[in-house]
Amino acid sequence: MAIEPEARRRAHQWRQEVYATQREREAPFSTISGHPIEPLYTDEDLVGFDHAERLGYPGEHPFTRGIHPSMYRGRLWTMRQFAGFGTAEETNERFRYLLEHGQMGLSTAFDMPTLMGLDSDHQRSLGEVGVEGVAIDTVDDMETLFSGIPLDQVTVSMTINAPAAILLAFYVVAAEENGIAPEKLGGTIQTDILKEYIAQKEWCFPIEPAMRLVTDMVEWCAAEMPRWHPISISGYHIREAGSTAAQELAFTLKDGFTYVERAIERGLAVDDFAPRLSFFFNAHIDFFEEIAKYRAARRIWARELRDTYGAREERSQMMRFHTQTAGVSLTAQQPLVNIVRTTIEALAGVLGGTQSLHTNSFDEALALPTAEAVRIALRTQQVIAHESGVTSTADPLGGSYFVERLTDELEAAAYDYFERIDELGGMVEAIKTGFPQREIADAAFTYQREVDSKQRIVVGVNDYRVADDELTEIHRPDPAAERRQRERLERTKAARDSGAVEAALGALRERAASGANLMPSMIEAARARAAEGEMVAALQEVFGTYTEQPQF
Amino acid sequence: MNDGHKIRVVVAKPGLDGHDRGAKIIARALRDAGMEVIYTGLHQTPEQIAATVIQEDADAVGLSILSGAHMTLVPRVVELLRDQDAGDVVVTVGGTIPADDVGELKQLGVAEVFTPGAPTDSIVDFIRGAVAQPSA
Repeated sequence: MAIEPEARRRAHQWRQEVYATQREREAPFSTISGHPIEPLYTDEDLVGFDHAERLGYPGEHPFTRGIHPSMYRGRLWTMRQFAGFGTAEETNERFRYLLEHGQMGLSTAFDMPTLMGLDSDHQRSLGEVGVEGVAIDTVDDMETLFSGIPLDQVTVSMTINAPAAILLAFYVVAAEENGIAPEKLGGTIQTDILKEYIAQKEWCFPIEPAMRLVTDMVEWCAAEMPRWHPISISGYHIREAGSTAAQELAFTLKDGFTYVERAIERGLAVDDFAPRLSFFFNAHIDFFEEIAKYRAARRIWARELRDTYGAREERSQMMRFHTQTAGVSLTAQQPLVNIVRTTIEALAGVLGGTQSLHTNSFDEALALPTAEAVRIALRTQQVIAHESGVTSTADPLGGSYFVERLTDELEAAAYDYFERIDELGGMVEAIKTGFPQREIADAAFTYQREVDSKQRIVVGVNDYRVADDELTEIHRPDPAAERRQRERLERTKAARDSGAVEAALGALRERAASGANLMPSMIEAARARAAEGEMVAALQEVFGTYTEQPQF
Repeated sequence: MNDGHKIRVVVAKPGLDGHDRGAKIIARALRDAGMEVIYTGLHQTPEQIAATVIQEDADAVGLSILSGAHMTLVPRVVELLRDQDAGDVVVTVGGTIPADDVGELKQLGVAEVFTPGAPTDSIVDFIRGAVAQPSA
């Protein structure tokens, strides 16, 4: 113990007598989130550090060092590029291209109308069908989307939230009609509706019925889809909306606890569903802050699941997460430089122990990526995996004075937010008062001011600029895709038994009003070829809609 | 038309995308620069936006779009404003707008298009200048 005061004294002395005589550059020595960084971290920063309680070993509680004992020596992360545009046919072609180039799992981007629960023939969908993602209206589209892809062998991720239960019903029926039972399906559907109200803002219903729908899915999947992750609790969009790293960490985990509490209130045993919860984080450009964020996230989740929610199984306490590099860090200026940004961010995700990774393409500040840009993004992951050598040992930065200290500080910042949210009555109530939304808007504004005033340099944007740096070749949405998709929908509507559709939608409304689990009637409606927008409209008759109080 | 009164700007989010980081930053920067800012909130139709501009007697409207639907939604807003004798309102667009579309939008009557990386001060200055100029 005598070493501790000695460590403190020496660090203090160095700072006062040696460092104080040095000149510093004019630069913000803080993370991109504004968290101050010291000139040096030493053993003094880890005085009293309990290795067993704070670190443990990989594959052991609290999983700070990773969830698997062998980490990437045993199995690399899943390289999973998010893709979707046009109609199901075009996206199916991109999926097959990605699988041919060594991608290991699929990830589906839906267009805005699909995310908002509107069919392609709705007036409000005009100009948006198949533009930002693939348009899916009925189970027929879902079948085309995965045509020729063995769904019992490939894991599939679907980024959809407000209407997630409906899209899952489509997926289950599409697989069923190809002879694959729900228990054989592996993958993830995002379903994280809380972060929609906080950040991503694609909604269909008011928050309470939306939470019920999430819990219905968790309950149904716990019984019927043992390989499926019914929620991917997402910080990604919170960060993209301009949050700090600490806000991303805190709001995401608090959302996660809220889903756990709802499922427990529903009567589920925590160990029956918690192993199927997964997370999705951003990998922003501030390298060490991101790594510390992932490590803190695993530690907090493990502790709270065990100590607060009574999870006994280690698999319930393990935080599995997907990572995507930060779209918001990409620049429209000198776009090839984005390859460098994405590499740094991807490396942070890997050193932080991610289970799967999407690397953005260099042209994504301008448009959806071209096939060539996507291939470079995938190659970036392959270089990290096979050439950089970082995969040979678990948690290579564990024990670094700096990284451990930063991990502790992010953890403390998260608990600080947990307390403030609890004072507001929990996350649902906090969202209703606009608390997380305001915190994020403030952080976004602060950062933009720092960039505008050149306190922070963004290469190619506010310094090191060149003229004529625009890309000439970008992906242009196919203007005919919208028409083709409307025709597809028309064909499905013409071929279906409209009496069966009406009956299925009626049953859906009844069950919505009764409080019974909605998944079985959604599956029935999907089989009858009811369209997504029709199901959403039926539910809105019972649940109502949502309008955000605009504030800035 | 602007004879020394506070410049009134509507910041609007047309279409279905929920990316409001840019819109909120711009709204705040314009307010900090002394303008009267009305933020419509998300998921607005062109009809709703035109109605807000007219009802608020705005000098300018900033449309923030990151959904790729700008070539459908922006011309519609411009058209609706013209139809309702509000063609002198300064229309600006911000978002991920490919270079080819910028020229076309300007031809349709959009005063300026701000793409990612545009400093907020340049947007404030532009709106101030454009509102002060009597329209040609």
